[in-house]
Amino acid sequence: MKISEQWLREWADPNVDTGGLAEQLTMAGLEVDSVEPCGVALDGVVVAKVLERNPHPDADRLSLCSVDAGQKKPLQVVCGASNVRAGGFYPLATIGAELPGGLKIEQSTIRGQESFGMLCSTAELGLGESAGGLLELGEGEEPGAGIADLLGLDDHIIDLDLTPNRADCFSILGVARDVAAVNLLEFSEPAVNGIGAELDDIVSISLKAGDACPVFAGRVVKGIAPDAVTPLWLRERLRRSGLRALHPVVDITNYVMLELGQPMHGYDLALLNGTVTARMAKKGEKLSLLDGQEVELSKDVLVIADDKAAIGMAGIMGGNKTAVGSTTTDVFLESAYFSPAAIAGRARRYGLHTDASLRFERGVDFNGQLRAIERATELLVQIAGGKAGPVTEVRNDKHMPSRAAVELRRERLEKILGVSIPDDDVESMLERLGFQVAKSDSGWSVIPTSARFDIAIEEDLVEEVVRLYGYDQVPEEPQQVSATLASASEARVSMGRARMLLADRGYQEAITYSFVDPGRQQALLGEAADVELVNPISAEQSVMRRSLWPGLLQAVTVNCSRQQGRVRLFEVGVIFNSQANEIIEEEVIAGIAWGHLLPEQWGADNRGAKAGGLFDIKSDIEALISLTGDAESVTFNAAEHAALRPGMTARIERAGQTIGWLGELHPRLVQQWDISPAPVLFELLPEAGLVARLPAFRPVSRFPSVRRDLAILVDETITAAELLEAARDAAGALLQDVWVFDVYTGDNIERGLKSVALGLILQETSRTLTELEIEGAVNAVIERISGKFNASIRE
Amino acid sequence: MHDLNESLKELVVRARADIAASENISALDSVRVAFLGKKGELTTQLKNLGTLSADERPAAGQAINEAKVSVQEALESRRASLESAALDEELQAGAVDVSLGGRGQTIGSLHPVTRALERIETIFRGAGFEVAHGPEIEDDFHNFSALNVPLDHPARAMHDTFYVGADRLLRTHTSPVQIRAMQAQGAPIRVIAPGRVYRCDSDMTHTPMFHQVEGLMIDHDVSFANLKAVLHEFVECFFERKAELRFRPSYFPFTEPSAEVDVMSESGKWLEILGCGMVHPNVLRNVDIDPEEFTGYAFGMGVERLAMLRYGVDDLRLFFDNDLRFLQQFA
Repeated sequence: MKISEQWLREWADPNVDTGGLAEQLTMAGLEVDSVEPCGVALDGVVVAKVLERNPHPDADRLSLCSVDAGQKKPLQVVCGASNVRAGGFYPLATIGAELPGGLKIEQSTIRGQESFGMLCSTAELGLGESAGGLLELGEGEEPGAGIADLLGLDDHIIDLDLTPNRADCFSILGVARDVAAVNLLEFSEPAVNGIGAELDDIVSISLKAGDACPVFAGRVVKGIAPDAVTPLWLRERLRRSGLRALHPVVDITNYVMLELGQPMHGYDLALLNGTVTARMAKKGEKLSLLDGQEVELSKDVLVIADDKAAIGMAGIMGGNKTAVGSTTTDVFLESAYFSPAAIAGRARRYGLHTDASLRFERGVDFNGQLRAIERATELLVQIAGGKAGPVTEVRNDKHMPSRAAVELRRERLEKILGVSIPDDDVESMLERLGFQVAKSDSGWSVIPTSARFDIAIEEDLVEEVVRLYGYDQVPEEPQQVSATLASASEARVSMGRARMLLADRGYQEAITYSFVDPGRQQALLGEAADVELVNPISAEQSVMRRSLWPGLLQAVTVNCSRQQGRVRLFEVGVIFNSQANEIIEEEVIAGIAWGHLLPEQWGADNRGAKAGGLFDIKSDIEALISLTGDAESVTFNAAEHAALRPGMTARIERAGQTIGWLGELHPRLVQQWDISPAPVLFELLPEAGLVARLPAFRPVSRFPSVRRDLAILVDETITAAELLEAARDAAGALLQDVWVFDVYTGDNIERGLKSVALGLILQETSRTLTELEIEGAVNAVIERISGKFNASIRE
Repeated sequence: MHDLNESLKELVVRARADIAASENISALDSVRVAFLGKKGELTTQLKNLGTLSADERPAAGQAINEAKVSVQEALESRRASLESAALDEELQAGAVDVSLGGRGQTIGSLHPVTRALERIETIFRGAGFEVAHGPEIEDDFHNFSALNVPLDHPARAMHDTFYVGADRLLRTHTSPVQIRAMQAQGAPIRVIAPGRVYRCDSDMTHTPMFHQVEGLMIDHDVSFANLKAVLHEFVECFFERKAELRFRPSYFPFTEPSAEVDVMSESGKWLEILGCGMVHPNVLRNVDIDPEEFTGYAFGMGVERLAMLRYGVDDLRLFFDNDLRFLQQFA
């Protein structure tokens, strides 16, 4: 909420400068977002009285004015505004003045007539939109007086970012109460200065909405001048609070709302039919609002109605059929209390957000209706004339809200805050907020004001006390806590370790959005039920990811378009799958490698230009799996995956369970995503994939080991894993290690066959192996492989 | 005898000259063979000792030996210098440009958000806080109701929530993890909950996804003064400098009193870094903890915000753009 510093200081004027005041407000919990000067200096712009107005001899639309600007002789000024008249008072920008738009006033000749200045409109002075024509100043102002002083432009606009609990501070009154409390200033609630009734006219009021509207004050004012204009001072205050001047009745009700926090409404009395009733809307009831939109109401919307129809959404926006306008002479003023529960959420449902709904939603003082209607009447009669009828206040006592006493225990206060505050100070602080404070055995019994909707429990009072005591006055007290040792499990590879490994192997960690494009996800991962967002930011981010690959691919293409020739990324994050109406969340670690295996460098093969192939990237995921100390239990099996190239796809399995995938992107997708050459992708489910094996010591042999190599000529469909498994199984306990050190097809090898070279390490822990034992083991391997795979073998 | 000495002297002079003239090891070897080999001149002299009289033999033997030692020394010295020269030459030939870069894979890096998260976790683990995780798709109870944010509460307007179907939503903060932790463990409890959170908001300074760390401490005697101390210490640990902090009143439905915490930047401006407060008694009651017996504090911080301050990042959106030129800066 924006408020004028001047206006606030009329209510509470602490001896601090603007910066100090802003600091106080922030530290009292009314956060100051910004403090802006309210207008420009307007040096050289003065009050001028038009003495004579004559038509310009050579221009129909211009007039030639003689004005008194407080100088010895009247000045001649050429003016183009239609509302200029003899006897009127207007701002005059004298020669040398510079206006906010940058216009510098010089003596000029306009159509042959000399002009010694410029009469100004509101817009020209940088004070908001012009109502049309010159800014009319009040009669009797001193010609020559500075406009800046007259308008009080030496002011600041303080923009408060109020928290939802402080509904009471949506008014000068509420903010001033806090400022006074912080500064120990005397403060009394504004009195209701009644303005006597001169008429007997009333509109009868009926309350039919229970506790949604338990009190409603109304008043008739007749005979206001239809051509009355809102005075400048009031328009200025509205402007400084960010409101536009519209019509005196509207401006005055807005002014009272800003001042006292009570939203009001003015109806054109001539357009009302019979009794004004607060009731719940009928289902499907239609209402045309002030902003021109027609809404269909539901039964939980509170309306104000006359005998014929709904005439406003209570506490949100009035209807346009009964709105005041340029011909209005008689009005009916409404000042009611609508409960937060009856208003909350309704405005938003209809796409409305009004100053009134904001206040009623959070809570308006339910004892403030009379003083607001009196204040508004007083201003209205003063500004627009007319005569007022008596105030009609209808109260439904059964449904009136009340304020219960809240206990505050001395001991509890100290326990929560960790500081002891003297009793007298506590009492004084609560009293300064207008609360009724009574001593009790353990502390105090406190009744909050009807303006506060956030004081219901003891902690609410604790907060009030510490807010006024000063958060900064509470000492820092390091806590004595029991020492607990953190457990350090070895049952699982930590995600930190896994991340570090991939980073150290040349991958950058990415963080991509958890919501992705449904079409792209489906193209990548195949058909499956997506977890959809009801209210996505955009269609491209409307479903939850089923894999980290869509995001990573996207990141690669982004980098690609920024001239990167090589991208290696990984991400750790949650994926979402929908299964039988359940949403399964799983943590995944996934990566992508695109472009050269190595950064371009001297001396490496083709300067590092070799594309990272499946097996290069496989070594990275194998390294990840090796962190478990249990790589043997993991197998890579040929499989199919919608995203991956058939024949270059591996399902990673452990004890029969899928723990991940590895493969090259499907050529169709390579084309679709436009990222040639094909990147290699991997993913691993750490929950199952990174379960670690506790290292179990095995003795290291002191005896020499023996290496034997076998060259196996075998059908090319036989996998390395099959050969290795057969070798391990056949060689028995002497075999320490076996691996593939070469695979060859081509020249000298029959089509359909391949040559696979195995290296075997044999060793005993207790003695040197004999030639016979070695032969035995190697022959067992040869026999097994040749027999099982129809292979021919050379040692 | 005199003849012998003369002849030995001449021989040594000749041998030294030949040695000095040897340009390489093999030439030097030829010289060695010529003088000291089986048929070498000095060897021949030694063999001829037998032809001398017993009187002459000792002196002659000694003279020959001295000559031999002298030649050997000259040989050794020449050999050493030739070898050293050869090594020098080899070293010179083998010299490389050590300023050339090393070959192979370069390292990648952790994301700055991860980096900041890990720091936060490390700091709080040191004070005995456990790290807890929870689902990113939450129900209304854990995300709102249990945290004292009832339906239609204005505070819900502060959270622009992404909904997943009628009754599920993307968590708007990691506070629901605290609810789950308290439900599982009861009090006392010391826990932090890091993770991704989501809000339906996207502009220069808001991304629809970001990271939070929530902290919770519930015990028999936990006060606002304790909260001030722990957060001050945390901020100084995180930024590795003395820091001035400002606690100012604010409002969160799940804490009371509530505070926003600002830190004084090195350029002298207050920067908002986290929100905190004493856990609201309704929240404790919602998880069956007696607020009369236990009190506690909770705090929540935006990880991107802390990372921005720590590393000087000036645009929030960079964190999720995954531009290598950005990511590589955090190695």
